Amino acid sequence: MTASLTFVGRSLRHSVRSVDALLTAILLPVAILLMFVYVFGGAIDAGGRYVDYVVPGIIVLCVGFGAASTAVAVALDMTTGVIDRFRTLPIASSAVLTGHVTASVARNVVSTSLVIGVALIAGFRPEVDPLRWLAAAALLLCLMTAISWVAAAFGLFAKTVEGANAMTFIAAFAPYVSSGFVPADSMPAGLSWIAEHQPVTPIVDSVRALLMGTPVGNSLWIAFAWCAAGIVLGRVASSRLFRQS
Amino acid sequence: MAYTIEVEGLTKAFGDTRVLEGLDLQVDAGEVFALLGPNGAGKTTTVRILTTLLAPDGGTARVAGHDVVNDPNAVRAAISLTAQEAAVDGILTGAENLRMMARLRGVKPGVADELLDRFDLADAADRRVDSYSGGMRRRLDLAMSLVVRPQVLFLDEPTTGLDPRSRRAVWDAVQTLASEGVTVLLTTQYLEEADRLAQRIAVIDGGRVIAQGTAAELKARVASETLEIHFADKPAQRVPVNAPDDVRRALEQHPDAERIELHRPSLDDVFFALTGASSEIAEPVR
Repeated sequence: MTASLTFVGRSLRHSVRSVDALLTAILLPVAILLMFVYVFGGAIDAGGRYVDYVVPGIIVLCVGFGAASTAVAVALDMTTGVIDRFRTLPIASSAVLTGHVTASVARNVVSTSLVIGVALIAGFRPEVDPLRWLAAAALLLCLMTAISWVAAAFGLFAKTVEGANAMTFIAAFAPYVSSGFVPADSMPAGLSWIAEHQPVTPIVDSVRALLMGTPVGNSLWIAFAWCAAGIVLGRVASSRLFRQS
Repeated sequence: MAYTIEVEGLTKAFGDTRVLEGLDLQVDAGEVFALLGPNGAGKTTTVRILTTLLAPDGGTARVAGHDVVNDPNAVRAAISLTAQEAAVDGILTGAENLRMMARLRGVKPGVADELLDRFDLADAADRRVDSYSGGMRRRLDLAMSLVVRPQVLFLDEPTTGLDPRSRRAVWDAVQTLASEGVTVLLTTQYLEEADRLAQRIAVIDGGRVIAQGTAAELKARVASETLEIHFADKPAQRVPVNAPDDVRRALEQHPDAERIELHRPSLDDVFFALTGASSEIAEPVR
């Protein structure tokens, strides 16, 4: 426990001191939001006001993208000699990964809050029921944790920073083939099947329903199940990979 | 009496490359023991196995009474490692690195200040380690290994690439620890270093121990003196000599000799004699 807390402190210090990475993590999501609302938004008809439709998609995209950068952070960290020192301590040395994941969640909470703040300024008008906001926050936290653990495993598996970067691309593009930006049924048949069955869609649908006050249906449980699966899989895989490498 | 480090028939291969081919070692409690050998002899692999970072293919290794494979956590509780590459966190400051180690080892963070003073790093305590020189990184690295006084300290080529001042600091630290009863296993390519620090030396080559003993015992295994013959136009040569006749013969064979020197045997000579390296003088070791 002490070890995990110590590594959380270490990773938070790393986050704050890696200025370029921090700026990318915070400013890129805001830039994407502004682009969709003001550049593409006028031409896309998703039924109703597009800003209300797209903001949940942007939030999920930002969470995915930000959390996926954990893969790069982990891969980079593994190349430093200090990891060997941690491995020769009488502690569960995979606590290093807990540090990375916790710091990633913290970074994402900051950037997601900023995106929501800018979205409100840009005309996003969500429901104000606090219970619905709480549920959405819980789901997003689960999503951040899940993607961060999977990304940590990916970073260990990839071994190089360049390889780990592939995770960022997957996380940055998967949301486009979902109900995040345009309704899934507006896509060609094959693509819309993928969009309806991939994890991003139930997550975006849940966040959208919770924040816009529409019925949530099954999608919330499916979304939580995907996140739980991600957390378990990512944790088990990354602990194993950490011991082997 | 049980040895503090006891290694029997250790083997390890990476793919087709066999690095250790049945290595045996016994190190007594409180002893400074040097593993001496050229690059690729298996020194680092041995240290990585003994510090639980690498699993051996065969053989057994016990450190502080615990098997490195079956009981790695008990081994880890008894050891500290200063590896070849400085194991420091470049993004943190020197003081933060030490406080982090203190927390991970479960001791008071105040130990950081003592260590910063002791290793002459107090002025740089609040600077990021990325801005440290090689010597400062190495001193911090050693300080991080000493947050708690380990029962066994492993030093893998602790002075490679260091300036004289930092080398001095490392040597002093090793001698202090030895006087406090810490068992030290160090690897080195520098024969002078082994001679100076270690009570006993194992010479390893090709993944096994080819000679073992005190510096004096090892020196006794080669000729009593060495003649170094220098030439104007080719590399110097070393010839073992035991009697004046040997010197005369050597000079007759090399009429073009420009200058000669007579040496008492050094560990270099022992090393070259044991590993069968060419009689030409190798590149200076530092």
